[in-house]
Amino acid sequence: MESIKETLTGPIFKNNPIALQILGICSALAVTSSLQVTLVMCVALTTVTAFSNLGVSAIRRHIPGSIRIIVQMVIIASLVIVVDQILKAYAYSISKQLSVFVGLIITNCIVMGRAEAFAMKNPPLPSFLDGIGNGLGYSVVLIAVAVVRELFGAGKLMGIEILPLVTEGGWYNPNGLLLLPPSAFFLIGLFIWGLRSFHKEQVEEPDFKMAKHTVVKEGV
Amino acid sequence: MEYYLSLFIRSIFIDNMALAFFLGMCTFLAISKKIQAALGLGIAVTVVLAITVPVNNLIYQYLLADGALAWAGLPDMDLSFLGLLSYIGVIAAIVQILEMFLDKYVPALYNALGVFLPLITVNCAILGASLFMVERDYNFAESVVFGAGSGVGWALAIVALAGIREKLKYSDVPDGLQGLGITFIITGLMSLGFMSFGGIDI
Repeated sequence: MESIKETLTGPIFKNNPIALQILGICSALAVTSSLQVTLVMCVALTTVTAFSNLGVSAIRRHIPGSIRIIVQMVIIASLVIVVDQILKAYAYSISKQLSVFVGLIITNCIVMGRAEAFAMKNPPLPSFLDGIGNGLGYSVVLIAVAVVRELFGAGKLMGIEILPLVTEGGWYNPNGLLLLPPSAFFLIGLFIWGLRSFHKEQVEEPDFKMAKHTVVKEGV
Repeated sequence: MEYYLSLFIRSIFIDNMALAFFLGMCTFLAISKKIQAALGLGIAVTVVLAITVPVNNLIYQYLLADGALAWAGLPDMDLSFLGLLSYIGVIAAIVQILEMFLDKYVPALYNALGVFLPLITVNCAILGASLFMVERDYNFAESVVFGAGSGVGWALAIVALAGIREKLKYSDVPDGLQGLGITFIITGLMSLGFMSFGGIDI
């Protein structure tokens, strides 16, 4: 029981796929300018990760080592096609806003990485939970970034006005930069900083250390 | 001609794959510690993009698009839902062929690129470019220019980032920002810089 809980909740903060494993960053940055789109993306990615882990793990003993990447790719791509078709059928406007990023779930390193690192070695049920856990870890970061970007960039959340804008007679002057690409980089950078201040063990060692001054005269 | 030049410039600077669309970020952040490696990867990505985008364009136009199979007597067929699967298959196959070809005929280049070629299959810039090509309805000539241009743009961005990161070792970065965090902030600043190309039009 303990291990199941660990598999499910571990990736959320302790071993976060985006902040620590550097996986799946592309879409994390691109879809976060509005909360609604972000939520759809999170659900899509969590579903694909969970089911691809389940599929890969179920046939892990039958996959020859030399072609395993192709086999994983085919499983993942088929799942993404299903998700893509469902979105086009039931949420067309959101699928237009996500544009190519639904398709890019295929090359999202979280899906591939978890299939390779976890599902190939573990039975189906833990793999499925690992998929959901990593999907949630991804979602936490995305939702945090999206809330900041949409709230302070457009004064809205899920399209509902929270901070009345100056242009519409309110008091809030929106920060347009937050809706542009660079802000996503800054926010994730700061998010990582915050996370690592709490989990000190995640701090990376610098490649080079400054040597101390050896000559006292120059030091002073 | 002018139109193609404009498209080329556009895909390098304004619609930069890495800095405006965040594509290929994983490798972008992971392999940008040294200029040498970044340059090798940049060249490999450019070559693969310049080949795969036009090939996927042909596949889309003659096999997958709505009514594309008219030449085979099947005018009502719409296979575009198979797109994702075919593009990734084509990319994986071409990377593999390119690897074998270079190994046999251009060993010097193969040794330089060796490690990076297999990585490229899962680089989302490659698949992303093919998907953009379909979404924006490029024809064959446009897709050649777009593929090459976005490859050059990506290479430019990663080499620039590697240059900055090499200099960064002289600076005193706060503990929590060390490594990944500061790289994000730098990339954000670079992205701001590239946005100033926004108005360029030839």
